[in-house]
This record gives sequence, structure tokens and C-alpha cells, in this order.
Amino acid sequence: MKVLVAVKRVVDYNVKVRVKSDNTGIELTNVKMSMNPFDEIAVEEAIRLKEANKVSEIIIVSIGPKQSQETIRTALAMGADRGILIETESEIQPLSVAKLLKEVCDQEKPELVILGKQAIDDDANQTGQMLSALLNWSQGTFASKLEIEEDKLLVTREIDGGLETLKLTMPSIITTDLRLNEPRYASLPNIMKAKKKPIEEKKPEDFGIDISPRLTTLKVIEPPKREAGVMLESIPQLVDKLKNEAKVI
Amino acid sequence: MSTAESYTQQGPDDIDQIRESVKSLCNDFPGDYWREKDKDNSYPTEFVEALTKSGFISCLIPEEYGGSGLKITHAGAILEQIHRCGCNGAAVHAQMYIMGTVLRHGSEEQKKRWLPKIASGDLRLQAFGVTEPTSGTDTLSLRTTAEKKGDKYIINGQKVWTSRAEYSDLMLLLARTTPKEKVQKKTDGLSVLVVDMQKAKNNGLTIRPLRTMMNHSSCEVFFDDMEVPVENLIGDEGKGFRYILSGMNAERILIAHECIGDGDWFIEKAVNYANERHVFGRPIGQNQGIQFPISKAYAALRAANMMVVESARKFDAGENCGPEANMAKMLASEAAWQAAEMCVQTHGGFGFAAEYDIERKFRETRLYQVAPVSTNLILSYLSEHVLGLPRSY
Ligand SMILES: Cc1cc2nc3c(=O)[nH]c(=O)nc-3n(C[C@H](O)[C@H](O)[C@H](O)COP(=O)(O)OP(=O)(O)OC[C@H]3O[C@@H](n4cnc5c(N)ncnc54)[C@H](O)[C@@H]3O)c2cc1C
Repeated sequence: MKVLVAVKRVVDYNVKVRVKSDNTGIELTNVKMSMNPFDEIAVEEAIRLKEANKVSEIIIVSIGPKQSQETIRTALAMGADRGILIETESEIQPLSVAKLLKEVCDQEKPELVILGKQAIDDDANQTGQMLSALLNWSQGTFASKLEIEEDKLLVTREIDGGLETLKLTMPSIITTDLRLNEPRYASLPNIMKAKKKPIEEKKPEDFGIDISPRLTTLKVIEPPKREAGVMLESIPQLVDKLKNEAKVI
Repeated sequence: MSTAESYTQQGPDDIDQIRESVKSLCNDFPGDYWREKDKDNSYPTEFVEALTKSGFISCLIPEEYGGSGLKITHAGAILEQIHRCGCNGAAVHAQMYIMGTVLRHGSEEQKKRWLPKIASGDLRLQAFGVTEPTSGTDTLSLRTTAEKKGDKYIINGQKVWTSRAEYSDLMLLLARTTPKEKVQKKTDGLSVLVVDMQKAKNNGLTIRPLRTMMNHSSCEVFFDDMEVPVENLIGDEGKGFRYILSGMNAERILIAHECIGDGDWFIEKAVNYANERHVFGRPIGQNQGIQFPISKAYAALRAANMMVVESARKFDAGENCGPEANMAKMLASEAAWQAAEMCVQTHGGFGFAAEYDIERKFRETRLYQVAPVSTNLILSYLSEHVLGLPRSY
């Protein structure tokens, strides 16, 4: 069975992001970019399934600027088989991503699509769910454990207050949570092999999908600075402050 | 992201990929791992195993012998990144380059015998026996002898500062096969032998660890009628000095990369601390007395790095890189030391606290102005061979 993994190129998790001076977005020039950490977990899970002989081929898809090729190459170096880059320099929102991924699924016919539960740049947490709806496939979101039992998928999910296990009929969409696995780093021989693995280059137009944003960002601002705390003498003083200054009670 | 990072991250994308992967590997070996090893003076076995398993150590071995067939530029990037992440490549870097002597001067049979196992890590060739207690820098005066008897060489003598001798299966040994007074050219008469140390232990070979300023696994090694089969002679008898010299440029270029990594690590630590530490109600980094030494160290390091990059480029292009390799090692080791010194000063008292790792890195990076060749000898080389001044010794 084939598995498709979607990966996104995002600002590296170590970078302290800065808001652009015109408040239109985040400063991206000269900023280090990496694979979205949740997507690394998705790639790792697919590779583990392949190593366990449950999966025959891993296809990596990324939608974004030309440099997303590097992100795909990283996934190939970890152990995926081939890549598809859908290149666009425009802003792209979850619904457009889901529509494009649906087209890729129609062509590639995977049994399983694994995505990160969210990307750490916009934290939307929507693409997997939208894709599931568009394809009308089962979904297991926020997975912390994944097992294949014959033609069923057992997915343990992290939900409020505990863990829930679902039995899904494939084809399915899985979105990964942090605790699903610990992604590997690529070995040198695999980095070398990855250079020879194919990456197919496409454009959104090739799929006839309109990716123009449905939402408009009005303004991006820094969160308010945290102010220094104060030590209080007594409980009544605290109650007074909460009531009259913070106005929370 | 610091500017230092943006600078070093440039380059062809496979190098970036290699850097990223090495960085992820190093994340598993944080400061407290090295602190423990330093405290116990023990060998970082787990780190060495992880690097070996992931194939980074065999990067210079050609693909036909099981390595990745990469260039010194890649090997340098790997070591630089290890040091940039606060780790230390000294426990394993020689496994990358000592084999170069076998590769360049060994017979096909020898390459087939050793290289694939060196590539897989099954055989460790990371002990390099050149320096001796009485001859020091004056390699041609070394006294260890290899006397041919039938199909064996009988070795007698002593080496010092043989790093990793306890953690190596093979040693590349430089020994005298013809007495100094009987050779025609003074550079003749030394030969290179590969010693099977596992076999020789308690059989003419004694290893005694030396306690040093940092955790370096360096040893004294004694040979007492130790036997080495003649088929372990590399190249021609008596031509060993040349074979050793040909490997030294690689060693210098690689060590220089480690120094650049150290320097970047010190600078990043200093910048972060100078921004965070508040004294007199403002970050200490707001004082020019703190800023300028950091910027100076940064400029020196970037300048040194240009020489390092150039030396690697020349090496990879097969051009004569002797002057550049030597200058790269000298400039990078000095820039790393400048950064180390600055970093301690920036941290004030906390620079001395083991928990900050700065004092450890400070001790570790000091070595590279002395080994594998000291600054004075590099200057002598430049004076004599590049500038045409009289030989001073
Ligand atoms: C931790 C460590 C690990 C090492 N690992 C290895 C190893 O694995 N294998 C190996 O073979 N060696 C190794 N060495 C040895 C190292 O290469 C030598 O220490 C170094 O080359 C200097 O030699 P020396 O110690 O004998 O100093 P000496 O030759 O005694 O020199 C002492 C000082 O005098 C200076 N000096 C000497 N002659 C001159 C001159 N003509 N003009 C001006 N100045 C001069 C030197 O620059 C130096 O500063 C290691 C050393 C250390 C400390």
C-alpha cells in the first residue's frame, strides 16, 4: 500500500519570529526555514510502517515556494521514496492545500495520508480534517499511536482528559501529535541516496485548482509584553486587585 | 537565529542537509553528556557509535570501499557542526582521515583488507603514532625502530600523545627502518606500518593513558619487540615520512573546521548571555566593553573561516594547499581561542561554572594551537617555504 505524507516548509522552531514593521506578516528574509516538526513525525511514522513491511511506497508532497524542494529532500533523506512539489509563491490557505492534496490523492490513490496536526507557522489545524471531508475518507486526528491490523487502522488519539482509540476503515487521513514518535535524523548514505530520488514538479494550475485566499489577514501584531509581577501583602489585597485592576472577578 | 548561523548555513544544499542531520544527532548529546564524560575522563562511546552508525565518519572513504566518497569540504562541515553544537569530534575525527594514508599509498590488497571494515566501523584506525618524547616536533629524529627479520618487522621504541590508542584496533605507525646516518636524503629511512593493536597488546605493546587538561584519551605507547607482518608496510620502505606529510594537510584542514565550530559556539553563547544578563538595570551587552570583544572575535573567526574554506577548496581541487592548510589551522585555532577567552570574560563568574560548559570548551579548544602542529612550526614553514626566509632550525 502507498502512503502519502504532506510536509510544509516553515520558520525553524528555534527562530524567534519578528513581526514585519508594516504589520502585514512575519519577517521571513534571512530566516532559517525547516520542515514543520509535526510533519517530521508524519514522515517518521510512514517510514516505520514501511520498515514493518506494512507500506510499499512513501510519497512526499509539499505545496509552497521553490525551496520547499529542500524540505522534500529532507524527507527523502529520512527514507521516503519520491516527492511531488506543487510550486506556488502565493499565500496558500488550508482549504486550497486540502483541495490540491485531494487531486494528488485522486491520481496516486494512496490508502493512507499522514499529515502534521498543524503547522507551527499559522497553527491552523485544519488541512487534515478538510482533506478527509473532501475525499470522504475516515480520519484519525492528533494520533499518538498508529497500528495497522489487516485492513483496519487502530489510532490512539490525544483528547481532552485522556486517550481514545479508534478503529478506522481505510483509506484514511491521519494527523500526528507530538508523542507519536521521535523522528530520526538522516544518515549520510541516505542523504546521498536522496539526491537521486525523483521530485516531480507541478503547479496548482496543473490541477485546475483556484488557490486564491478565502480569508484576508488584516493585521499581524506582536503579543503584548508581559509586565513584571508584584508581591502582595494579603489575600484581601489580592481580591481587591483582581476585582478593580484586572477586572476578572 | 544568530548571524553566525546564517553565515555558516550557506553552501550547496547537500552540505546544508548534512549540517542539519549532524545537528539533530548532536541534539542527543547535550552539555551534561559531555560534562559527565569530562568529569569521569571517559570516552564518549555512545556519541562515537551514533556518528559511526549514521555514516558520517566514513564520508571520505570512496564508495567502492563502503564509504560515501565525499570531499574534505563535507568532512569539514560535519566536524564544524559537531563543534558548533557544543560536542567534540576529537574522540573520532582521526577515523575520518588516518585512513587517507592507506588510501593514497597502500596496495589494492591492503585497501580491500582494511577500508571496508574501517568504513563500517568494525575496524577502528584512529591511532596515529608519530610524536615521541625525545624528538617532539623534530619528526625526522624519531627513535622508534622497525627492524626487518624474515617476514616481520620487529618494533622497539616509544610514542607519546598517541590519542585514542585505547580505542583503536589499528595504529598507523611511523618508525625508522634505516638508521639516520645511513640514509642518502635526510627525509628517507622512515616507514609507515599498520599495527594490529588488538593482536599486539600484551605482545610487545603497552598502552598507558595520560591524564591531561581535558578529556582526550591520549596515551603513551611502548613497543618492546612488537612484531608487525611485512604485508602491513604501506608503500615503499624508507619513504614513510612523505606518506605521513601527505596526510597532514587533510588533518590540518579538518581541525581548522573544528576550531571554526568552537568559535561559533563561543560567540553564540556570549551573544545570548550578553543580551540576557542584566547588571545595573540593563543588559551587559549594551556596554561596548562587552560588545566589542564579541564583535572582534566574530570578525576574526569569519576571516579565519575564509582561509579554511579556501584550503578545503584547494584540497578538493587537487591543488597544492600546504600554505592554506597551515594558515587555516593557525588562524582558526587562534580565532577559536580569542572567542573562548572573550566568552569566559563575558560570562564573568559563570564562565567558570562547569554547568555552563564554557570552561570545558575553553580547555578543549586550547589544544589546537599546539596539536597536531604548533603555531611556531607553522610560522617556520611559512617563513621558509612560502616566503623564502632562511631555515631557522
Ligand atoms: C592532547 C594531545 C593529543 C595529541 N595527539 C597526537 C597523536 O594522536 N599522535 C601524534 O603523533 N602526536 C599527537 N600529539 C602530539 C603533538 O602533535 C605535539 O605535541 C606537537 O606537535 C608539539 O610537539 P611537542 O609536544 O614535542 O613539543 P616540542 O617539539 O617539544 O615543542 C615545544 C615548544 O617549542 C616550540 N618549538 C620547537 N621547535 C621550535 C623551533 N624550531 N622554532 C620555534 N619554536 C619551536 C614548539 O612550537 C612548542 O611550542 C598530541 C598532543 C597533545 C597535547
